[in-house]
Amino acid sequence: MSELPLLDIDRMAKRYGERQAVRGVSFALWPGEVLAIVGESGSGKTTLLNMIAGRVAPDAGAVRFRTAAGPVVDLAALPEADLRRLVRREIGFVHQNPRDGLRLSVSAGANIGEPIMAAGARHYGSIRRAAAAWLERVEIDPARLDDLPATFSGGMQQRLQIARALVTEPRLVLMDEPTGGLDVSVQARLLDLLRRLVADLGISVVLVTHDLGVARLLAHRLMVMQQGQVVESGVTDQVLDDPHHPYTQLLVSSVLAA
Amino acid sequence: MSDALPILEVEGLAKSFTLHAQGVRLAVLDGIDLALRPGECVVLDAPSGRGKSTLLRALYGNYRSDRGRILIRHRGAMVDMAAASPRLLLEIRRETIGYVSQFLRVIPRVPTLDIVAEPLTSRGVAPIEARRRAGALLTALALPERLWRLAPATFSGGEQQRVNIARALIAAHPLLLLDESTASLDTENAGRVLALLAERRDAGTAMVGIFHDPEARRSIATRLFPLPERTLAA
Repeated sequence: MSELPLLDIDRMAKRYGERQAVRGVSFALWPGEVLAIVGESGSGKTTLLNMIAGRVAPDAGAVRFRTAAGPVVDLAALPEADLRRLVRREIGFVHQNPRDGLRLSVSAGANIGEPIMAAGARHYGSIRRAAAAWLERVEIDPARLDDLPATFSGGMQQRLQIARALVTEPRLVLMDEPTGGLDVSVQARLLDLLRRLVADLGISVVLVTHDLGVARLLAHRLMVMQQGQVVESGVTDQVLDDPHHPYTQLLVSSVLAA
Repeated sequence: MSDALPILEVEGLAKSFTLHAQGVRLAVLDGIDLALRPGECVVLDAPSGRGKSTLLRALYGNYRSDRGRILIRHRGAMVDMAAASPRLLLEIRRETIGYVSQFLRVIPRVPTLDIVAEPLTSRGVAPIEARRRAGALLTALALPERLWRLAPATFSGGEQQRVNIARALIAAHPLLLLDESTASLDTENAGRVLALLAERRDAGTAMVGIFHDPEARRSIATRLFPLPERTLAA
C-alpha cells in the first residue's frame, strides 16, 4: 500500500462566465486503478477530464502526474510544448465520438501507426505489423488495414480509436463516455474489450460516464459529481449499493433494472 | 484450530439506511459483536428481515457501517475494514475476504472459464495455470466442460450459481462470506457445494454464512449466531 499515486488532483476549479463548472475537486489515482466519474450533464465531469488532459486550462488547482522517468510534474503549470510532449507519450484520450479521436482522411493502419511513429519508430514494416496486430487486438479484421475509418461501423470506429489511444501503451488513459453513442449490443462488446485491455496492460484510467452499469463493470472506484462538486466517492459497489448522498440515491434509483 | 488467533473481530457494529427521498431512517444492526477463528463456520440465525444479509454485506465493505469496528487479519495484522481506504478495502477483498453472493453478476461475452480464473489472474497467476485450476474447480462442481467456453448469460440459475461459487472459491481466501450460496441449487449440487465448503473449513478457512436449509446448516455450521430483534427507529 506504500506505492505512490500516478495522478494527484488537487483542488481543481474552473469557471465559465457566471457558471462555476468545477469547484475544488481533489482525488488521487494509483497505478492500475480505474476510477469512474458519474453525474448528469452539466455536473462538471467532462470539464474536469479535459483539465486533466491539458485541453482546458484550470483557474486553480494542480494536476500532479508521476512521469515514467520518475519526477512528479504539475500538468497545469507545465509549458505548452512540454505538456504536449508528455501527453503524447504517457497519456491517452478516448472521445465519445470516434471522429474526434481519429483522422478520417487516412487509413486505419495509419491511424494506429502515427502515434507509434510520433513515439520514435521509423521502420515501415514493423509499424505496419504493429498496426495489424492492434487491429486484431480490438477485433477488427487486419485485412481492413488500408481502409479508411469512414467505411467502418460506429462500433468499429470506436474500437479503432481505442487502438490508436492505447498503441503506445500510455500509463494513464482518460475516457469520455467511450460507449456513449453505441447500440447496446455493440456496447457490451466494447466494454468487454476495454475491461480486458485495461487489465492486460495494467493502465490507470479515469472514465467519465453517465451510465452506472458501465461504471460498475469497469471501475474499481466511483466518484459522483453534482454541480461541479464531488458529493460522494468510494469503492464502486459501495457507492452503488449503499448510496448515502441524496443525489446519489436519486441517480441509483432512477436506473431501470434490466 | 480453536486456539488460533481470530481472523475476524466485530465490535459494536451498527448499520442504518437513510432514504432521503422517503425521509426515513431504517436502523438494521446495532451493537453487533462477533469473533471468528480459522476453521470456524458461523451461521447467522434469525428470521427474514433481521439484517443477516446486511451484516454480511457490511463485513465485505459493500455496505458502509455507521459505528463500530470490523477487524480482519490481513497480511498478518488486524486492520479495520470499517475505516479502510478504498484501495486497502480492494486489496483485502483480493487477498483475504471472499464473498459468495446469491446470484452471478454476468459479464457480457466473457467465457465461464475466464470468469472463474479472473480472481487468480488479478493476483498475478499465469493465465494457463489459472484456467487449469478453474477447470478443476468446475469439474468438482460438475459443470459440464462443454459450457466452459461459453459466457454464462444463457445458463440455468443452478449452473450460473456454480460458476459463481467456483469464482468465489478459487482464490482460497482465508475468510469466506456465504449469502445463501446453495439456495438456487438442486439437492445433488447443493451437496457437492457443501462438501467442498466443509473441506475448506476443515483446512482452516473461516466462514460466516446464511443458510436457510436445515440440512445445509447442520452439515456446515460449527456454531450459530443469533441476530437480536431490532428496535424500530423513530
